[in-house]
Amino acid sequence: MGSTERDAVTGRETTGHEWDGIKELNTPLPKWWVYVFIATIVWSFGYWVVYPAWPGISGYTKGLIGYNTRASLDETMQAASEARRQWTDRIAASSVEEIAADPDLLAYSVAGGRTLFAENCAPCHGAGGEGAPGYPNLADDSWMWGGELATIEQTIRYGVRSGHESARVSEMPRFGLDGLLERGQISDAAEHVLSLSGASTDAAAAARGATVYAENCASCHGETGAGNRELGAPALNDAIWLYAGDKAGIEQQVTKPRHGVMPTWSGRLDEVSIKLLSVYVHSLGGGE
Amino acid sequence: MNAQSPSLAKRAPDSPPRESGKLYADHIKVYPQRVWGRFRKLKWTALAVLLGIYYLAPWLRWDRGPGAPDQAILIDMPSRRAYFFFIEIWPQEVYFLAGLLILGALGLFLATSLFGRVWCGFACPQTVWTDLFMQVERWIEGDRNRRMKLDKAPLSFEKLWRKSAKHAAWLAISVATGGAWIFYFNDAPTVLGQLVTGEASFAVYGFIGLFTSTTYLLAGWAREQVCIYMCPWPRFQSAMFDEHSLLVTYEEWRGEPRGHAKAGKPVPGQGDCIDCGLCVRVCPTGIDIRNGQQLACIGCALCVDACNSVMEKIGRPRDLIAYDSLARSEARSQGRHDRLRLLRPRTFIYAGLLALGAAIMLAALTMRSTVELGVLPDRAPVFVRLSDGSIRNGYTLKVSNKTREDRAYSLSMDGPAGALVAVLGQEENGAPTLEVKKDSVGSFRLFVTYPKDAIDEGKFPLSVTIRDLTTGEVSRHDTVFSAPR
Repeated sequence: MGSTERDAVTGRETTGHEWDGIKELNTPLPKWWVYVFIATIVWSFGYWVVYPAWPGISGYTKGLIGYNTRASLDETMQAASEARRQWTDRIAASSVEEIAADPDLLAYSVAGGRTLFAENCAPCHGAGGEGAPGYPNLADDSWMWGGELATIEQTIRYGVRSGHESARVSEMPRFGLDGLLERGQISDAAEHVLSLSGASTDAAAAARGATVYAENCASCHGETGAGNRELGAPALNDAIWLYAGDKAGIEQQVTKPRHGVMPTWSGRLDEVSIKLLSVYVHSLGGGE
Repeated sequence: MNAQSPSLAKRAPDSPPRESGKLYADHIKVYPQRVWGRFRKLKWTALAVLLGIYYLAPWLRWDRGPGAPDQAILIDMPSRRAYFFFIEIWPQEVYFLAGLLILGALGLFLATSLFGRVWCGFACPQTVWTDLFMQVERWIEGDRNRRMKLDKAPLSFEKLWRKSAKHAAWLAISVATGGAWIFYFNDAPTVLGQLVTGEASFAVYGFIGLFTSTTYLLAGWAREQVCIYMCPWPRFQSAMFDEHSLLVTYEEWRGEPRGHAKAGKPVPGQGDCIDCGLCVRVCPTGIDIRNGQQLACIGCALCVDACNSVMEKIGRPRDLIAYDSLARSEARSQGRHDRLRLLRPRTFIYAGLLALGAAIMLAALTMRSTVELGVLPDRAPVFVRLSDGSIRNGYTLKVSNKTREDRAYSLSMDGPAGALVAVLGQEENGAPTLEVKKDSVGSFRLFVTYPKDAIDEGKFPLSVTIRDLTTGEVSRHDTVFSAPR
């Protein structure tokens, strides 16, 4: 502290600091304020003793009460799951159809399923199940493997082309790459596929493609392109496309098909979670 | 106004001078002396009324029908409801609380612009409880001089029992204060029973402990320190009053030059102030009002009572210290008598705003509906294209049933023709009925589908209306339908 002096106007001491001729009056803190401040510092030493505080070479000081955020989280999660038991027990004992028919269970499952969906499904299928190219939209009314509660549950449980023995498997032949069809035939077939949903612009090509389609595609996708859920063959006569709905996209999928994979969730998620997810996905709007 | 911090510079005359170079200011204990008079009576009345309201209000009952709490004033945290007589507030209506706080602030502004710091001096809980604690202190330890003597005296049996009795009484009042506080958050008779049998929750004991300790510390120990160092109100109150506000004022023109004088024998050339120091000794914040307006003055007017008693004794006119405006005091010093100007643009603006706020609140409360619909359009996905090319939007409906009965609501939608409306869990194309249990919020999923050619591209407005099937009360919510561009 510099030299303090008495201010002539107020008769009070200055702090001795001076800025461009301006001096600051000394306004000391009340004593109790200083004591409270010191008390908070003393209090902080208590934290070092009671809680984990100092890192060491191979560990850290554990503190007197042995507090641990991870253990505390475990306890909280345990308590939360205990609190949910009144619901989860009922869900474990019910089928997905029974859950969807009970307004209380339905409300619980939609709320719980939303969280599970965000944690497990949203990276591929989108936050609201809106999908992405190659990843089916779960909110619409078009289903490759079926949109009933039970079929959705089965798809979630075992996955698609996941390697599980109960997984849903289908394969579209590589018509172009394996030389099964000529390039012109593929182009005509693609035009015919577009015509199934009324999107064709070349009637002659579409007519030529009808024969190719009947001989090569109709066995799985159906004469009218309605698809076949037993085989996982998507409908081709609607406005929904998994990859692309333009001619080039269809040609590409016939020439060198892409096949999506969905993991097996059985074993990763418990049975209750799979049921919650099934009901939630069914509730997104496309459930049958 | 006096801008410097007067509490430090201008202390009671008997306070010791501060040591030079100290990093903190020693606490100078204030020993307010007992005083009688008009404002002291007013303060006692305010204290009795305010404490009476505080302790009795939670015990008032108000019948709200079966299943509802019958406590007139109750903030029910676990079930997220607040009750005030006929008013019931849900968490989403917390703007009523904001409105109440705004009204409170405007009321303070108005009172301050008229009468200075009347809130601080008469109605603030800090003042009320400090006053009560000081009175208890006087009963047990005696008045100012005896208290000062007792503090200086060495420890003796008398000092010990008087001090112990005082702190015990303070703690008893504090426990009662903290105890009454939790009655506002729980059913009062129930929780009192639980307290007596020791079955109350940890939170109840915790909050009683918290408010016991704050009452004891703030009213017993901190006192004027709260007003001077902790409270923000003294810092900006000077923006609310002006030279026409009635403030506790020392009529300097009449009092100065001050000097000692005997009753009935005025000294020529000397003012009316006989420098007896009584105004300083009765001051609860330990200041000298003769130094003018200052931050530490809480406007309690006890110095007015003190000075009037002295003026009567020496046979001089009363009101050397009085509620007076600075402008009138100034005019008087020049021999003029100005009229009091309580009605000023400032007071009209504050009163107008207060009336406006109160009217809005009253209207909002009387028009508060018993059903409320909220519609949240889905954000992901904004719309869904169905296999036949039609476009579907999803919405989450929140229906608040604020009645005490289970209710059902019919749902209708206004928008371009051709819409298909469905509620999750109900038949498509039926007339959707939303059932909501009493006193709760029901959540529903609504799907609206338009055929491919029925709508233009982009967004257009929709509105959803629900109608209470029992009372016919209607709640409507506007929203949008999003289609691809």
